[in-house]
Amino acid sequence: MSTVADAHTSEHSLGQNHDHHGPAKGWTRWLFTTNHKDIGTMYLIFSFGMFLLGGTMAMVIRAELFQPGLQIVQPEFFNQITTMHGLIMVFGAVMPAFVGLANWMLPLMIGAPDMALPRMNNWSFWLLPCSFLILVSTLFMDGGGPNFGWTFYAPLSTTYGPPSTTYFIFALHIAGASSIMGAINVISTILNMRAPGMTLMKMPLFVWTWLITAFLLLAVMPVLAGVLTMMLMDINFGTSFFDASGGGDPVLFQHIFWFFGHPEVYIMILPAFGAISHIVPAFSRKPLFGHASMVYATCAIALLSFLVWAHHMFTVGIPVAGQLFFMYATLLIAVPTGVKVFNWVATMFRGSMTFEAPMLFAIAFIILFTVGGFSGLMLAIAPADFQYHDTYFVVAHFHYVLVPGAIFGIFASAYFWLPKWTGYMYDETLAKTHFWLSFVGMNLAFFPMHFLGLAGMPRRIPDYALQFADFNMVSSIGAFLFGATQLLFLFIVVKCARGGGEPAAANPWDGAEGLEWTVPSPAPYHTFSTPPEVR
Amino acid sequence: MRVCAKRAFALCGLALFPVMSMADWTMNMSPGVTQTSNDIYGLHMTILWICVVIGVVVFGVMFWSIFAHRKSRGHKPANFHENTTVEVLWTIIPLVILVAMAIPATTTLIDMYDTTEADVDIKITGYQWKWKYDYLDDEFGYFSSLSTPRDQINNRQTKGDNYLLEVDNPLVVPVGQKVRLLMTANDVIHSWWVPEFGLKKDAIPGFINEAWIRVDTPGTYRGQCTELCGKGHGFMPIVVEAVPQAEYQTWIGEQRAAAEKEKELTQKEWTMPELMERGEKSYQSTCAACHQADGSGLPPSFPALRGSAIAVGDIAGHIDIVVNGKRGTAMQAFGKQLNEVDIAAIITYERNAWGNNVGDMVTPKDIFDYKNQQQQ
Repeated sequence: MSTVADAHTSEHSLGQNHDHHGPAKGWTRWLFTTNHKDIGTMYLIFSFGMFLLGGTMAMVIRAELFQPGLQIVQPEFFNQITTMHGLIMVFGAVMPAFVGLANWMLPLMIGAPDMALPRMNNWSFWLLPCSFLILVSTLFMDGGGPNFGWTFYAPLSTTYGPPSTTYFIFALHIAGASSIMGAINVISTILNMRAPGMTLMKMPLFVWTWLITAFLLLAVMPVLAGVLTMMLMDINFGTSFFDASGGGDPVLFQHIFWFFGHPEVYIMILPAFGAISHIVPAFSRKPLFGHASMVYATCAIALLSFLVWAHHMFTVGIPVAGQLFFMYATLLIAVPTGVKVFNWVATMFRGSMTFEAPMLFAIAFIILFTVGGFSGLMLAIAPADFQYHDTYFVVAHFHYVLVPGAIFGIFASAYFWLPKWTGYMYDETLAKTHFWLSFVGMNLAFFPMHFLGLAGMPRRIPDYALQFADFNMVSSIGAFLFGATQLLFLFIVVKCARGGGEPAAANPWDGAEGLEWTVPSPAPYHTFSTPPEVR
Repeated sequence: MRVCAKRAFALCGLALFPVMSMADWTMNMSPGVTQTSNDIYGLHMTILWICVVIGVVVFGVMFWSIFAHRKSRGHKPANFHENTTVEVLWTIIPLVILVAMAIPATTTLIDMYDTTEADVDIKITGYQWKWKYDYLDDEFGYFSSLSTPRDQINNRQTKGDNYLLEVDNPLVVPVGQKVRLLMTANDVIHSWWVPEFGLKKDAIPGFINEAWIRVDTPGTYRGQCTELCGKGHGFMPIVVEAVPQAEYQTWIGEQRAAAEKEKELTQKEWTMPELMERGEKSYQSTCAACHQADGSGLPPSFPALRGSAIAVGDIAGHIDIVVNGKRGTAMQAFGKQLNEVDIAAIITYERNAWGNNVGDMVTPKDIFDYKNQQQQ
């Protein structure tokens, strides 16, 4: 091992003679950068921008649903805004945020100088703004933007889609290509560039969960590309993949879409699992209960995620044997997910806990993600799903796994690593305020949706019967609170980045472990030019 | 305690928003009125309580740790990790619970799929944005669409009790008999859901899905389309009247007679005012959702008819687009949806309403001949 380290050292000292390793000046720094930290920062800023845009659309939805009747928007626009909200949050906010975290943290955690494929890294980031520029511009086109829901079921999205659908397909193709490149980069970085001594089983969990996520991306993004291409052909070249009157099959669309779509939901949550598995031990001052079982549970979830897609389609008329298979397989996912939750709780048990913002978000993550998991378990029961399917119960379910799941996971990570990124501590009081307002707002917004769904309110409707009025109003108030609170996060981060807090030590947290805490805060522009030795 | 809180909350709501006095705070699924819906309710409550118990145990341990094992109380961290016994246990126990849950769910599911030996067959077809019910044994059928006035939706009128859950022609089924429902769709995917029956099934173009109900209590039951199907998705409710057997038979008789009479109308000599009157009615229920009540449309997806080249142009072109639709657009082929009388009346109305002033008329016989010609 020492020979490897020596070789790197000499290479590095040679390099230093040639040029000074600092960022380039001006805007070209950002356009041409191949530095994983710069690219990570751009991903994070982009995703937060998209989060605010998608959130604004959610505010429009909740404003319209504040009271029965049509007040603010017409049904045509309502459908566009729900579709855009979903697409932007999934592909523009959550996924890029995790790629941003991966860019920043993976090299620091495995002791690598950068990502394995830095130029492709730059390219995969810059594709994203192009993709979303196209996607958002469809709203201003003749006939409006996509109005068929983020799941874009055919034939509503093909034969009956607006003229802008082809732009939507192009935008998603580009975003998919960006994700595939990101995944290739993550896999090659993790498999090739770990510091000497860091065996696979010694890898930090965020690295592990991202490795598995990257394989999921690699497996299903081409499937998304396939279904989009079939749509493109149906719309523009006269094929009938999904058009029954031409011998096609609308249900085929759903099978392909959900074969992509179910692993996709794990793509949005597995990296958060990883981050939480660092934060909980750090603030409990106690090692993670079961590192190995966490790795195996993540692998099990990833494998099972390929076998459950049709639980999104219990009402399409799958034969009873198929229903049973998908019901059993879906129930099975609760086991490895349970293992993870038990692990986190066992880590907290008999620790020595403090409750800084990352820990608050992490605890809320565990509790509320589990609530989302419970409703997922209920949805898995096929006969009961006939009542839940496509109602607000489902809306409540996936917002519980995505908002306090994925998004609280991202907030927890951001507060946890902000000192490392900026070199300053964030304002703890403000961060705790951000947490509590988000927590209250989010529960107020999404918990009543369970009741609405059970009482019989379908999802994706711009107007509703009078018995749903009360809970909708509560939900809207909660949503406004949650939405407004996110501006506070922007303020906290800007204040921290501009040096408005205490300077941070290399390891600002008592119990945090890992290579990322061995470099100074803020992390220098180039780190681990000499690989560290892992025992 | 909870009831008090609910009341207090409801009272606040009442004071603030008088319009909401109709609303209620229903929090749970209804057990419904069929055996299936009762079985589902049972499964729902079982799994809900299982979740609650697991939640209390897991979060109980967590909250205890948060309370007792905090640094501010001077708790020193332990250093244990990995314990095979515990890890095996927390894998096996959930697995056993899931198997226990899967068994009754399987029984219910198999029962729901048994559509054999039905007494009545009804075909349900989803359209943008209405339902069609065809009584296959008695050879008649009709459309069922939203009857809530536009003014209520646009807040110009007080909303009625069954706001958005009322239709012009409800589906009528006999009490106590097994009714088999065959579902399909004409354009995009719809989904037919009546919560009280525990029945939700997608209506998919090119497919025929089967489901069944046996309603034991007479009454009116309401539901909605639950698959996003375009701009009218929130506005295509379902209303089902479950009536006693004798009443059902009388109703069937009336419907058959009416269907006969409707067929005769095709042969009748129609006058312009008659056609215009019928045309206005049919236009409002069939065409106005897209082309708007005043013919102004919603361009570019739904073109205006007022002054349009087709509506004031060649009569053959006008008949063609109404009967055969326009591929690749939302304009459906109405030839099979509407009878000759309605098609003739609608075309006549479109050519002579809202300032369109062609002056000609189309009779049901013209349409009949046109359709025959097309088939040859």
